[in-house]
Amino acid sequence: MTNAGGLRDLTIAEAGGGLAAGAFSSEELVRAHLDAMAEARDLNAFITETPELALSRARASDDRRAAGAAFDPMDGIPIVVKDLFCTDGVLTTAASHILDGFVPPYESTVSARLRDAGAVMLGKTNLDEFAMGSSNTTSFYGPVRNPWGPKDGKDLVPGGSSGGSAAAVAARLALAAIGTDTGGSIRQPASFCGIVGIKPTYGRCSRWGIVAFASSLDQAGPMARTVRDAAIMLGVMAGHDGKDSTSAPLPVPDFAAALTGDVRGLRIGIPREYRLDDMPAEIDDLWRQGMRWLEDAGARTVEVTLPHTRYALPTYYIIAPAEASSNLARYDGVRYGLRIPGETLDEMYENTRGEGFGAEVRRRVLIGTYVLSAGYYDAYYLKAQRVRSLIARDFKQAFQKADVILTPTAPSDAFAIGDKTDDPITMYLNDVFTVPSSLAGLPAISVPAGLSVRGLPLGLQLIGRPFDEETVLRSAEVLEQAAAFDARPPGGAC
Amino acid sequence: MSLDRAAVRNIATLARLRVAEDELDHLAGELSHIIGWVEQLAEVDTDGVPPMTSVAAMTVLQRRDVVTDGGDAESVLANAPDRVDAFYAVPKVVE
Repeated sequence: MTNAGGLRDLTIAEAGGGLAAGAFSSEELVRAHLDAMAEARDLNAFITETPELALSRARASDDRRAAGAAFDPMDGIPIVVKDLFCTDGVLTTAASHILDGFVPPYESTVSARLRDAGAVMLGKTNLDEFAMGSSNTTSFYGPVRNPWGPKDGKDLVPGGSSGGSAAAVAARLALAAIGTDTGGSIRQPASFCGIVGIKPTYGRCSRWGIVAFASSLDQAGPMARTVRDAAIMLGVMAGHDGKDSTSAPLPVPDFAAALTGDVRGLRIGIPREYRLDDMPAEIDDLWRQGMRWLEDAGARTVEVTLPHTRYALPTYYIIAPAEASSNLARYDGVRYGLRIPGETLDEMYENTRGEGFGAEVRRRVLIGTYVLSAGYYDAYYLKAQRVRSLIARDFKQAFQKADVILTPTAPSDAFAIGDKTDDPITMYLNDVFTVPSSLAGLPAISVPAGLSVRGLPLGLQLIGRPFDEETVLRSAEVLEQAAAFDARPPGGAC
Repeated sequence: MSLDRAAVRNIATLARLRVAEDELDHLAGELSHIIGWVEQLAEVDTDGVPPMTSVAAMTVLQRRDVVTDGGDAESVLANAPDRVDAFYAVPKVVE
């Protein structure tokens, strides 16, 4: 048998091979990761650990294999699930006090597809409350520590909101994770933790059973250590679901087969407007390096223009809170979760919501309520929807000149826990490169591409045409090969 | 647009969100700051631009109008903070 460290270092593709060859069992693979989880509790990456469930699913996987069942690449593979996905019989919190004790009697479509393919859930990972944040510091269950830290004596954020998922995959507590991305919540933590994360096209993955934040933006996606693993996992997660009317009735391509390594003749768009004045030199350098890597592989870079880029963040911070204020109206203390009593029904609602929501969620619910309220709807919400059309149109025009767009993922490496919390807008600026493609509903991936001068991971982002995850993944794998990112977090090394 | 204490109190009432009196000034400052920042959208010319109402270019799907599920009060009520028989219990609404 391979030693435990070796088991934790495998990719999904390698682990699948080892399981098929009988080199180790799923139970051995799962135990190695459960032990690592227990040793890494100081990361606070999990809200709920499910070791017994994991072991029983691992044994079931081993039994299937022993009985000669057909091989599925996810069968027996230990993964973790962002605690925003409802999981049948397992506490689901969205990292909020208001969902205290909520145990759904149903399973989200995406996690059910992975479960049915044999993937083994180890636990539910920590996140920003209701996925609202870029730092994983707004969780009711406390911040997650980035396994790449501490740096200069300070613990670092893993990024948000899928920070627990990213930290777990980077620290080798799981082979992969599922996250959700509303304005960058898969890609930015992937960049901060040195892993791969893809937000598929809006509609590619079902949103059914995911605790809703902003319904026109939320999208589930895989977080893994290689592009191939992300492709394998996305293939299982994706596909039409009758329970989600925004899920696209399209066939799911063989994403892994799209990884041909051949980008000759591909046109790589470089958006002029993403070159920010105050961007750190190392981010700009890495971006240029990414262009050279793709050019060396035979692709061609072309300048494109996305003129409404600077309006993306303000647009997002009207639309997302507006949708959030509407979605979060369901948390009223009547049907599930926390209830703080009151003399009247309204008082009970107000008490429950006042106590159950944390500062960032309250801020967004109030902003959302304001921009949707009578007299302000046209000036804010409708205006933002019109600007959103222009942002989507910019991308459509850019994709006439380019096949895929290359940008940095985030404007910096991971920052310290507690930094940037004084001013919400400073925090919002973290998502400057990820939000525009979210507004346009486009597929986008972050690939670890290098280290900052502080020795922390930095990612590059590739954005594609709607439902063209194949080109995104294909070019991402070429970047991955060229970058040959093999650094690992000091704390998470095995 | 700058929001004052009264405006924040009003929004909080609309949102059914209890906000303590001593938080109103701080929140008014924060919300005004965010609203001031998003108001830069006013400079974008959106005349004749339709609002984006659907992210993906697809027609909204409709399912058959049939009962697919139901009759499972126990599972629906499993997480109820308070219940009486097969009903959610709340403070008295009608005198």
